[in-house]
Amino acid sequence: MTRKTVEYAVGRTPELGVDGRPAYGPMAPVDIAEPELGSEHMLINIGPQHPATHGVLRLVCELDGETVIKVIPHIGYLHSGFEKQGEYRGWNQVVPLTDRMDYLAPLIYNCAFVMSVEELMGIDVTERCKVVRVILMELDRIFGHLLFAGTWSIDVGAFTPFLYTFQEREKIYSLHESLTGARITTSATRVGGMMADLPEGWAEACRKFVNELPRTLDQVDHLLATNAIHLGRTQDVGVISAEDAINYGFTGPNLRAAGVPYDVRKDRPYYDYETYDFDVPVGEHGDCYDRFLVRLEEMRQSIRIINQALDRLPGGPINVEDPRVSLPSKTDCMNDMESMIHHFKIITEGIPAPVGESWFSVEASKGELGMYVVSDGGTKPVRWRVRPPSFVNLSVISKLAEGHLVSDLIMINASLDIVLGEIDR
Amino acid sequence: MSDESPSGLDAVEAGPAASAGEAGAGTAGAPVPEHPSVRALRGRFGDAIRRQELVARNQVVVFVDPRRVREILGWLKEEPEQSYAFLSDVTAVDYGGGRPLQVVYQLWSLVHRRNLRVKAELPLDDLRVDSVAPLWKTANWLEREVYDLFGITFEGHPDLRRILMPENYAEGHPLRKDFPLRGRFSRAEQTRRALSQEVADFYIPEEMEIGRDPQLVPETPPSDDSAGESA
Repeated sequence: MTRKTVEYAVGRTPELGVDGRPAYGPMAPVDIAEPELGSEHMLINIGPQHPATHGVLRLVCELDGETVIKVIPHIGYLHSGFEKQGEYRGWNQVVPLTDRMDYLAPLIYNCAFVMSVEELMGIDVTERCKVVRVILMELDRIFGHLLFAGTWSIDVGAFTPFLYTFQEREKIYSLHESLTGARITTSATRVGGMMADLPEGWAEACRKFVNELPRTLDQVDHLLATNAIHLGRTQDVGVISAEDAINYGFTGPNLRAAGVPYDVRKDRPYYDYETYDFDVPVGEHGDCYDRFLVRLEEMRQSIRIINQALDRLPGGPINVEDPRVSLPSKTDCMNDMESMIHHFKIITEGIPAPVGESWFSVEASKGELGMYVVSDGGTKPVRWRVRPPSFVNLSVISKLAEGHLVSDLIMINASLDIVLGEIDR
Repeated sequence: MSDESPSGLDAVEAGPAASAGEAGAGTAGAPVPEHPSVRALRGRFGDAIRRQELVARNQVVVFVDPRRVREILGWLKEEPEQSYAFLSDVTAVDYGGGRPLQVVYQLWSLVHRRNLRVKAELPLDDLRVDSVAPLWKTANWLEREVYDLFGITFEGHPDLRRILMPENYAEGHPLRKDFPLRGRFSRAEQTRRALSQEVADFYIPEEMEIGRDPQLVPETPPSDDSAGESA
């Protein structure tokens, strides 16, 4: 391949004015012929280490000038073999692997995994546990979408909304921390319940947070939703039709932005989502701008759900009384030989699941998250499969970016809201 | 745990068999309402529908003939009574011990709000099945992943190559049960391979062609070592 250097001629050097500083005037037109650039396409390699790829995604693009002809995504740089590792761990020991997949909304992953195992084992969790998990999942939906709004605004060239949303995320980090002891790697769920019940004052702190959040959302909305630069860079960029979106396996806000009102919380309700009053925002054009608006609105709907859930938060135990999975109380363990043995067996051998398999899908912040567990009757899964929404959503980028400019490719990538942890697993 | 809960320690002792009974208690006794799609499939395809299973309370799995997967799934997608327009997932299960690999398709009907799990069992000596990528674009990457991690060949797939593991990965297919957790090669060999990669290993042939206008190639001095890098 030939190398061409393009020489840029500077029209004029600024002259010094009377005060000794350079005096700038209109630049004189430079009379040089446009260099012969030829017509060959160029290969440009974006990533894997690049801030605009939101992780270790590598995009190899074929360019004609600045127009994207083809995008070939390369993934796998973060592949850790989580699914393989899961086959060597007990059911509860898989939970810490799940929050490392989508570290932007870890509690949804924690919950989804144990929900599929509970489905397999035929366990019905307590009412309090259901409501607590709904609160946590909606909280982490906001958590993921806030990050989207922040990084999205950076990609579009605005820095302020990033600061606003990360300030709010910090509050969710604190809520995570007071509940689980960790800020990102929460590992909060166990088969049959939670690691711990909500601490004292947590519900009030959560209520305070969701009451204050709309103000920030309005600020972000004001800064971006009608901003001319933002509109110009996102409207009619990366358009996908409803039929294509279904055929390509889009889920979550990306699918709904294309006008398909498919939401697992409405279509296959779990945890009494049908009794909560909330709306599913749906876009019209299927472009980047609609994906942004849908996510912004989803945060408001999540606030509604959290408020209703906090209102109905029932008392009672958070863990099921099922001897297969639940540990006896510490007092029993210290006073009663059988309880001691019971405790010992659950800890050393793990919990046995019946022969069979189960598929459970929830609406994660990125889309439909499917958890598929297969058991041969042992204390470890034979197969644990995650249907990662980002993985499927990312596969569409080649189609979306064709014919757009390189800068549009960055916005399209941002609008898909991917997280590489779950793509590579 | 005291004596008044008889199922306490006994249930743990008895292990999975007892729990299976408990889990299936709600469904085993009562007659299982047959999945409407399975009934229609039996009527349409007869013997190609091998058997049906009910797992985890009420999830329906239907086993089909692996040679007719594309035909059956295509019918499920197009038939108005079924219209499973959305393919959630394609994956595979290896039970180990020489048992056949299962390819698993998760279907969802947006119109009828039903889901269906279709499985095809592939014997270990013939790991090939028709690709459904012509029906659903989403199957493109999902099938690539199954090919990468299980070594199942999807015939008619437009771009069947590894996706999570590097293209020149030589240790096999990681999610197979005969694959050790740390890989087949020693750590030293794995490190040596990782360090001895060349620039061309990071690009697929299709990409190496980009930017190489045939008329311009002769101009390139043959001694230019970094030509591959800039290509």
